[in-house]
Amino acid sequence: MTDATAVDEAPARPATVDLAREYESSGVAQVLRELDAELIGLAPVKQRIRETAALLLVDRARRDMGLAHETPTLHMSFTGNPGTGKTTVALKMAGLLHRLGYVRKGHLVSVTRDDLVGQYIGHTAPKTKEVLKKAMGGVLFIDEAYYLYKPDNERDYGQEAIEILLQVMENNRDDLVVIMAGYADRMDRFFSANPGFRSRIAHHIEFPDYSDDELLRIAETMLANQHYALDPAGRQAMADYIAQRRTQPHFANARSIRNALDRARLRQANRLFETATGPLDAAALSTITEPDIRASRVFRGGLDVDRAAQG
Amino acid sequence: MRITQGCFSFLPDLSDAQISAQVEYMLSRNWAVSIEHTDDPHPRNTYWEMWGNPMFDLKDAKGVMLELDDCRKAHGQSYIRLQGFDSTRGFETVMMSFIVNRPTVEPKVHMQRTDVDGRSQRYAWDVRR
Repeated sequence: MTDATAVDEAPARPATVDLAREYESSGVAQVLRELDAELIGLAPVKQRIRETAALLLVDRARRDMGLAHETPTLHMSFTGNPGTGKTTVALKMAGLLHRLGYVRKGHLVSVTRDDLVGQYIGHTAPKTKEVLKKAMGGVLFIDEAYYLYKPDNERDYGQEAIEILLQVMENNRDDLVVIMAGYADRMDRFFSANPGFRSRIAHHIEFPDYSDDELLRIAETMLANQHYALDPAGRQAMADYIAQRRTQPHFANARSIRNALDRARLRQANRLFETATGPLDAAALSTITEPDIRASRVFRGGLDVDRAAQG
Repeated sequence: MRITQGCFSFLPDLSDAQISAQVEYMLSRNWAVSIEHTDDPHPRNTYWEMWGNPMFDLKDAKGVMLELDDCRKAHGQSYIRLQGFDSTRGFETVMMSFIVNRPTVEPKVHMQRTDVDGRSQRYAWDVRR
């Protein structure tokens, strides 16, 4: 009985496909436009995502026509330095996969080693499973995935989490997509120590560092989102700041910029308090000027601890 | 004897696809889904053994179905039920409960009639295999 109804209800397979219309109607075009508009730089990443989207769109059309049945492997690895937008892109990727119908819900669950690996024997498996259950129907983003594997300690529980992950990545390909992220060189070592991952991850996307010019544009966008602006001298100071900051330790691209701007806003508020004599207008409240940025320790050679370490 | 309790009790057993759809409904109402099992389906046996903690923060029914598969593997010859708990202030109760697994040979609910205090009668039920 069930067979008969299944045959009756099976939709007629389309004979042709209009990719351009599919591209618009599936919402993929919108996600890619957002990606272009919101993310500065990252040209190779955008290119790779566009290619992946094209592949998935064609694959979906092929499935509709009955040419393919297997779900393609969608697990990915994002490699790049800190602050290069891996998490942001992962969020967009989840939206993209959802619009294309490769994940049912399209939410992003972001975890690190602590969320997966337990403290004692028998603690890891339930913890990892808990996270995997939450990620079902969406995207599991494992930040700094190489910490899962600690070669110097063979009794480390990370191995257990890795085994469960590998199993789920293989058996539940329809249910979730795993994205692993981290520094390029350490991820390479991680993958060569765990060949199972390499073979199960289809898309390796590298995130380049931002150029000074891009970072300046990012700074201005961040400020604009909070209704602040740089005056011309402040803009020049910011450009100098970026060039200086890059040479110092713990440089984390866009994240360093965000922190610098937070501190600049703090100094701006202090300056207004100390110097203001009369009423202030909106422009005064939302302008970051040169001294707000020049006061940074970056212009005096960085943090004392780092200077001491460099000797 | 076929034990009936909870929602859908007069329907044939739900298939996994149907269970999955019901779980989707529970999750869409933001209810926490829990799995419980017992070998004693007596209607007065309210508290069944819990299979893990109630699952909060799930987005997709697949997470529940994975646990249900595990529970079936461990307790295939028990009754297993799914429950949806609504934590909204004012409800704070189980909103939905249905049986998703039953043993191949189900126990009988046996009625015992006893005479007490002259010709008064007392009734009691117990589950017998």
